Amino acid sequence: MAHFERPQHPDITNDMFDKIDEIIAINQPRPGSIIAALRECQNVAGYLPIELIDYISYGMNLAPSEVFGIASFYSLFSMEPKGRHTIKMCLGTACYVKGIKEIMSRVHREYGIGDGETTEDRRFSLDAVRCLGACGLAPVMIVDNDTYGALSSDGTVEILEKYE
Amino acid sequence: MLCGGTGCHSTGTKAFREALQNELESQGLVEEVKIIETGCNGFCAVGPVMLVQPEGIFYQNLRTKHVPHLVEEHFLKGRPVPKLFYVEPASKETIPNMNDIPFFKHQVFWAMRNKGALDPEVIDEYIARDGYFGAAKAVNEMTADQIIEEMKISGLRGRGGAGFPTGLKWEFAGKSSSDIKYVLCNADEGDPGAFMDRSILEADPHAVLEGMIIAARAINSHQGYIYARTEYPLAVRRLGIAIQQAREYGLLGKDILGSGFDFDIDIYQGAGAFVCGEETALMRSIEGKRGMPRPRPPFPALRGLWEKPTILNNVETFSNVSQIILNGGKWYASVGTETSKGTKVFALSGDVANIGLVEVPMGISLRTIIYDIGGGVPNKKKFKAVQLGGPSGGCVPEEYLDTPVDYEEIVKLGAIMGSGGMIVMDENTCMVDMARFFMDFIQDESCGKCTPCREGTRRLLQILENICNGKGKAEDLVALDQISNVIKASALCGLGQTAPNPVLSSLRYFMDEFHAHIYEKKCPAKRCIPLLKFEVDPDACTKCGICFRNCPSNAISWKKKEVAKIDKGKCTQCLTCYEKCRFEAIL
Repeated sequence: MAHFERPQHPDITNDMFDKIDEIIAINQPRPGSIIAALRECQNVAGYLPIELIDYISYGMNLAPSEVFGIASFYSLFSMEPKGRHTIKMCLGTACYVKGIKEIMSRVHREYGIGDGETTEDRRFSLDAVRCLGACGLAPVMIVDNDTYGALSSDGTVEILEKYE
Repeated sequence: MLCGGTGCHSTGTKAFREALQNELESQGLVEEVKIIETGCNGFCAVGPVMLVQPEGIFYQNLRTKHVPHLVEEHFLKGRPVPKLFYVEPASKETIPNMNDIPFFKHQVFWAMRNKGALDPEVIDEYIARDGYFGAAKAVNEMTADQIIEEMKISGLRGRGGAGFPTGLKWEFAGKSSSDIKYVLCNADEGDPGAFMDRSILEADPHAVLEGMIIAARAINSHQGYIYARTEYPLAVRRLGIAIQQAREYGLLGKDILGSGFDFDIDIYQGAGAFVCGEETALMRSIEGKRGMPRPRPPFPALRGLWEKPTILNNVETFSNVSQIILNGGKWYASVGTETSKGTKVFALSGDVANIGLVEVPMGISLRTIIYDIGGGVPNKKKFKAVQLGGPSGGCVPEEYLDTPVDYEEIVKLGAIMGSGGMIVMDENTCMVDMARFFMDFIQDESCGKCTPCREGTRRLLQILENICNGKGKAEDLVALDQISNVIKASALCGLGQTAPNPVLSSLRYFMDEFHAHIYEKKCPAKRCIPLLKFEVDPDACTKCGICFRNCPSNAISWKKKEVAKIDKGKCTQCLTCYEKCRFEAIL
């Protein structure tokens, strides 16, 4: 489908490109589907390096500058490599009142990462999200697909240590 | 009926369900006891929760270790297990029946009528509870004008926050002439602290679909879209299943129920932008562009998605529609105040005992919600303020808690009803820090298109940060007020226009805290770290040792009958000692 040569990139394999081509083919005819396409491609590659954004825009028949504009606007998309495990810390109001700030400081102290950063060894990426909608259990974080509520500083480190 | 909402998932509903299923199988009870996983029940603080029918017994704080005893006692021998009942915190009374628990007793379940009562992935259960009868009546027995008339009589106003009369909005779109019109559902619940829409989507997705079908009939639209937050994967999944099942039953698609009316619904997912909850930004996002609002007029009812007439309504608004059509607009308007009819779902959280979702009739007082339903402020702390309306709203102090829940009454207080986030704050909350928190959020989420919001909120944030860091000056108070009013008057969209509200309302009710930060360089609530010394006051210390026992970093040294001492080298500034000390002895 894509008449643009696949760019060489250390983090994107040929298998991933096969899936990406499929995603582009399904989404290209549907109006307004660039956001869905970017989301699905990010799920495959882990993040959206600039070369991939160019590749997707050619496949979707859109100007690369426009697609870059969309990728940089929405906080879901990342152009930085992600760790093996993504930590999403809820920074919503209820979680804030219940002390998520202190937990983030502790994580920063233990693993050296702040909001939007990835550890050197690519073990963890930390993202502050604005509200996970689980306010009943504030403070809340999601690691990969697991939700953890009623966090304490020590408890959080214990949970994270389980993830290699 | 086991709660399968996101909150209970995080406290272990999945593991509990598996354990329960295994135990029932090994006891040969699978024919007599059926486990149904429902949507969010609303009482998240005590999850995982389970309701056993037909007795109506409510169990809470369930863990897998409870399973063998529970199955043996309740399901085999028919004896409910008191140990797992709800315990009323003040009286310590155990209350087995859900309808007697104070949290549920005062509520009126209209939008949330099906929560916890059916399996959201089985359309037959929704239909069995009068589901889609409203849509059937609308497409087969009513004209578009009749539907709009009922909606106007009901007095339903947009539950997403703006409170625009729903019937009127539909009337405008109905009058626009175009072959193509769109019905949009705003499921991008972006307010931090709000999870009402998540609950409705996870517990009762068909209610939303039915509301959209009726709206489509009213304005003569044949295509609908639900713009759902990506951060709500369970809701997105259940919506997808619901749409599929509705199509199979001929409730969506061509010739609905043989009426000749066509309407179908598809889902678009958000990508993490708060501003996309704003109606014009949402439409831009569906069109595959950056979610930046545009000026109005022209209003979406005339030119909206892809320049076609469009109505956009919130999840909670849609979930009320079918009942209004079935029971009549007058029925809906029989509850509420003069200008605010019906019920509202609030997400009560923060420093309150009963955290969860609360659906109450309009006109009830804030005090009733926070104390009678919410159980008041726990840990013997004093109430300080309640935040209404999220980052677009304001804080309400104790003196005004008798204010009734009503769109206009709340605006008089300097807040807004908003989407329903209600965050209770106790004496340990710094109101200056909260204003800074909201402004930080707004700065992060501002789309950047208009100067008042992009630059104005940046200045407000800088000033607030200076004040929290001990660098505040007297002129800052004047600047905060002036800049706020300029932004309110000139910003392009609702996000910008309401962004200064938290600042203005903190200045209005908590000026003394601003003064303390600026003139005394002190934070009365002891939360602004740059203003704290992390030292024990030897005169106030009662040598009780509580701080020593609770410090998670072992940074406090203490021996019996001696004043405690904090080692600043080990201290991580987590503020635990401040919270635990009952004698204000830490500076």
